Amino acid sequence: MSGVTLRGWLLDAAPASRRQARFGRWYRTWLSFQNNSLAVAGLLIVLALVLSAIGAPLIADPQAAILQHLAQRLQPGSAAHWFGTDELGRDIFARIVFGSRITLTIVALVSAIVVPVGLGIGLPAGYFGGVVDAVLMRLTDIFLAFPRLVLALAFAAALGPGIENAVIAIALTAWPPYARLARAETLTRRNAEFVQAAVLQGASPISILFRQIVPLCLPSVVIRLTLDMAGIIITAAGLGFLGLGAQPPAPEWGAMVASGRQVLLDQWWVATIPGIAIFITSVGFNLLGDGLRDVADARSS
Amino acid sequence: MSGAPLLCVRNLRVTYPSAQGDTHAVRDVSFTLGRERLGIVGESGSGKSTTGRAIMGLVPPPGRVTADELRLGELDLCRLSERGFRQLRGRRVAMVLQDPKYALNPVMSIGRQISETHRAHVGGGKPAARRAALEMLEAVRIRDPERVFTLFPHEVSGGMGQRAMIAMMLIANPEVLIADEPTSALDATIQTQVLAILDELVRGRGMGLILISHNLHLVSAFCDRVLVMYAGRVVETCEAGKLREAKHPYTRGLLDALPELGRRRELLPQLQRDPAWADGA
Amino acid sequence: MIRLDRVTVRYGHGRNAIAAASDISFAVAPGAAFGLVGESGSGKSTVLRSIAGLIPHAEGQVQLGGAAMPPQRNRAQRRLVQMVFQDPYGSLHPNQTVDQALASPLRIQGLDGGEQRIATALREVGLGPEHRFRFPHQLSGGQRQRVAIARALIVAPRILLLDEPTSALDVSVQAEILNLLVRLRRERGLTLLMVSHDLAVIAHLCDRVGVMQHGALVELTSSDALAAGAVTHPHTLELLRSNAGYDMRGAEAARFEA
Repeated sequence: MSGVTLRGWLLDAAPASRRQARFGRWYRTWLSFQNNSLAVAGLLIVLALVLSAIGAPLIADPQAAILQHLAQRLQPGSAAHWFGTDELGRDIFARIVFGSRITLTIVALVSAIVVPVGLGIGLPAGYFGGVVDAVLMRLTDIFLAFPRLVLALAFAAALGPGIENAVIAIALTAWPPYARLARAETLTRRNAEFVQAAVLQGASPISILFRQIVPLCLPSVVIRLTLDMAGIIITAAGLGFLGLGAQPPAPEWGAMVASGRQVLLDQWWVATIPGIAIFITSVGFNLLGDGLRDVADARSS
Repeated sequence: MSGAPLLCVRNLRVTYPSAQGDTHAVRDVSFTLGRERLGIVGESGSGKSTTGRAIMGLVPPPGRVTADELRLGELDLCRLSERGFRQLRGRRVAMVLQDPKYALNPVMSIGRQISETHRAHVGGGKPAARRAALEMLEAVRIRDPERVFTLFPHEVSGGMGQRAMIAMMLIANPEVLIADEPTSALDATIQTQVLAILDELVRGRGMGLILISHNLHLVSAFCDRVLVMYAGRVVETCEAGKLREAKHPYTRGLLDALPELGRRRELLPQLQRDPAWADGA
Repeated sequence: MIRLDRVTVRYGHGRNAIAAASDISFAVAPGAAFGLVGESGSGKSTVLRSIAGLIPHAEGQVQLGGAAMPPQRNRAQRRLVQMVFQDPYGSLHPNQTVDQALASPLRIQGLDGGEQRIATALREVGLGPEHRFRFPHQLSGGQRQRVAIARALIVAPRILLLDEPTSALDVSVQAEILNLLVRLRRERGLTLLMVSHDLAVIAHLCDRVGVMQHGALVELTSSDALAAGAVTHPHTLELLRSNAGYDMRGAEAARFEA
């Protein structure tokens, strides 16, 4: 099938099968997404992060990220060490590349906890109302009432140091806004006529929640998640700085910034390069989130 | 119609540019409005509301309004700046929208909204504005103006809200009132009351009224003259009382498609659209 | 087919409960079309929703197809009665294609031959295969309402409830939808119950009419009597008068009403 007819097949106004309709839908969504060059830039940044995490050993030498060469400490960028070396003589480029794995772990773990917990609390609260709503929302309020970093510190201390535990601690403190978001979305849809139509067809509450309401909540939850991701990465770095996040010698970007702090004036690259990596990743997620929101808005209007 | 026209519209066009080419929402609409009740009827997308908005200078960008002539009395609206329109709206031309729930400010009492409109357009102090607002509420036949003055929009019924809206729009004594589906959100019995109030005030003050509606019966019973719009064009102008004798196949089709009490038909005749209507045939 | 016996529906609990409809009794024969008219807040939609099983009734009995409906209906009882809603924008899921909207009742009711049924349902309401994979926002108001009718009829109900099905539509589209309903009723022997504020629409589609005011059924009459003005209750007369359009007498009578 040549490119022209594939495009025609995808954009067919009257698709012949469900499969064609679904692919066509994705293609149209992609077309409207790629019109937004900032969003595409965000997607490229996030893709670059994923690729560098997967292919880290191919891009940089794993040993250089961990092994100390005190003779070569605090060297500026050169052909051998593109981004220079840190105070223990480790190659900063290799550490950045391997650090992307940690960042991606943070992202994946936070998403895997926050979205199900937030939806699991918010959807029933919004849909069933009454006592269910009162109990679930007071629980949410309790979590919201604690300052986030303090609560995360408590969890991290209880779970023990380490980046996974730190992220679990962050995720456990990050879900309440998602529960509120899911509840608000559910409340506005609960009495929608298409939900009543599903009730009339004999659909069970579980089936209505999953088939009718979740698809409508998910876009706003995902978008909120991508927009929050920058803050989450930075909070993880903060925990690392307090000794409750990534443990040395793991090349976590936040910990790298913290360790470069002492030599910021003379050897600026030690703190600045991981800082730039955090910044670019945050911007990437933000742009992607904005782009996704635009696509979602265009589809709903 | 009596005396010089209040409003002159000649070849009004409203265009929305888009990637797929321009969309013409209103195409070459011409009419004059005297001290009368002019109805504009049409289905959704016919351009009737856009026509009203164009006169108010309320077509949102990127919409473009052009006209060979768009004149309110001696004032050329074609050349008017946004600032000029702001001074004009409320004072010389006012608009009543379909749903008072959205058109009134939900966090301000009805009385304050009316008296602030008075102060903005007529001037004078707070006591004068309050007096004027109370008089206006009485004019729209609200029995206990003092009480309604202090109420918030969500505390009143739809009919009462729409009367408050009319009071607010008429307090500065505009020359022209544009009412865009002013009673569509109301029950039929309330609808009649609101229209009666509108009629009384418009006649009493010698204003021109443009009533925009999808309801042929209502327009034909209430107005003096009717413009029928289709696809952005005026396809027919006739005396309101003679709407039933309308000649254009579109108007005829619409009238026929309406179910009527006492004229039972198994199936209603469906409107067969002729592409030529959109081209001004 | 439909029999309501002294049905009362209340909103709220205990002392704060408000009766939205009280002591409603009427019956609709199989294949007949019954209309409920009244103004907003008269309780006509409440009655309709309680027949549909969307809101429970506090007192009385709702019988459909000869059987009294329990507070929680099972799947077969659900299938008996379907509904078309007023707002063609709100009654279809914005992220679901027409195909998904039609497939889901079949899945829930466990009906087979989905492919065939969906194609037939679309054809019956005058939509083509090209509409099958469209989203609601790609359809006009009239087309959406056709989809909503197809979705209601795809499970082959015996009773179709209509909640102001044409009041959000243009006159020309309203005629098309009303004609469609007349045809479907004849072909399928459907029992129709329609709620509307528009007397002319009710009289066009229905044989018998109930007039509601303040939660009570104030008059039961026939469409012919309604058209002839042979009605007795003052509220029915008032509705008839305002239906005639703008009318100075009615306006004068309503003078100084706050």
